[in-house]
Amino acid sequence: MSFEVEKGHVAVIIGQSGSGKSTALRCVNRLERIDSGRIEVCGHAVEAPDLDVKLLRRDIGIVFQSYNLFPHLSVIENITLALRHTKKLGRRESDEIARQVLDRVGLADKAGSFPEQLSGGQQQRAAIARSLAMSPKVMLFDEVTSALDPQLKNEVRRVIEGLAAGGMTMILVTHEMGFARRVADKVILMHKGVVHEEGSASILTDPKTKELRDFLEYDL
Amino acid sequence: MRFTYVHLLFILHGFAWTIGLSALSFALGGIGGLILMLLRTSRVASVRWVAAVFMQIIQGIPVLILLVLSYYGLGFAGLDVPPLVAAGIGMMLYASVYLADIWRGSMESIPKTQWEAAECLPLSRWQTIRLVVIPQAVRISLPSTVGFLVQILKSTSLASVVGFIELTRSGQLVNNSIIKPFLVFLLVGLLYFALCYPLSIYSQYLERRLHVGRRQTQ
Repeated sequence: MSFEVEKGHVAVIIGQSGSGKSTALRCVNRLERIDSGRIEVCGHAVEAPDLDVKLLRRDIGIVFQSYNLFPHLSVIENITLALRHTKKLGRRESDEIARQVLDRVGLADKAGSFPEQLSGGQQQRAAIARSLAMSPKVMLFDEVTSALDPQLKNEVRRVIEGLAAGGMTMILVTHEMGFARRVADKVILMHKGVVHEEGSASILTDPKTKELRDFLEYDL
Repeated sequence: MRFTYVHLLFILHGFAWTIGLSALSFALGGIGGLILMLLRTSRVASVRWVAAVFMQIIQGIPVLILLVLSYYGLGFAGLDVPPLVAAGIGMMLYASVYLADIWRGSMESIPKTQWEAAECLPLSRWQTIRLVVIPQAVRISLPSTVGFLVQILKSTSLASVVGFIELTRSGQLVNNSIIKPFLVFLLVGLLYFALCYPLSIYSQYLERRLHVGRRQTQ
């Protein structure tokens, strides 16, 4: 499979379960082993055996379906952990950055809460803030709204739309076609492990291949 | 002969040493256990293997034999060590292999997704262990760790064979002079119970609290 995402653009990967969407996304920051092929992200050759994975991941933020916040730390500590230990920033500076990103995701009042005290939507927004705080050049979103109730999906979607409007380069895996239509500069349909159809968001209303047509029909 | 105040004092002195040896065993075993646990979960297969074999061997030997071996083994090596040191080393071997297993289990119960999230931030592997995995694992392992403390406490009675005068040994000595085994060992038993029972209760309390805490997070 092959695709490109330009700086400042949003690519949305869609496709049936098991079509390889998440695996493709996870390859981008080397969470999956890369058997063959080439991936380049911000000048890093991701597939290179001698790649410094830590340097790569400083440029790439990732948000997961299950939030994966650290349950033993408060929201603000979740965010400052990597600022302090990876970027080696002081407490004051980290707290300052944490408050800025919490403000961006609308959780300024939840800094001292623990993950278990938050709703799913709030936890997911906190997880986005945690990634955002590291000022990545690219952000990956792996079905980040799939585990959420409909009314909570919306608050997370709004945050992501805000990032898109702010010019963040992003790759999203999602099952929500309406959302894909709104944020995507590029839509990629994966089918049986390969890119089956690729184009602007318009392919969601005017699909070229039978598989995309079928896929969109199932969605409705 | 009658059981007198002097005999009681002697037994209480042994009681204090039982507490001392338990604390020493737990402290040394804790250090050893932490190191073994890290080796046992190392990314290097041969290191994991060596740690696993060592733990299997020690777990397959009775504590009594470990104590005798460490006492005579140190003597054989030309070191004339006081019984406390011999007992401390034997107990350390015993405690460390079991604590390593308890802690490894707790570490492995932390979901893989927590490691992933940490390593994507990116924290290094060691930072992930130290800042993300261990703090969560400690909470999970606390009930079993405190429970194991009871086992350590009771096992210190075996240190009497290397001439260390702890509670059991002091009971034996008093009995040798007054020949009132039932009275003496009943007292000794009660003193062990007085130490172990609160720890068991505390362990059960921690266990309950852990389950309540985990329900809330789901």
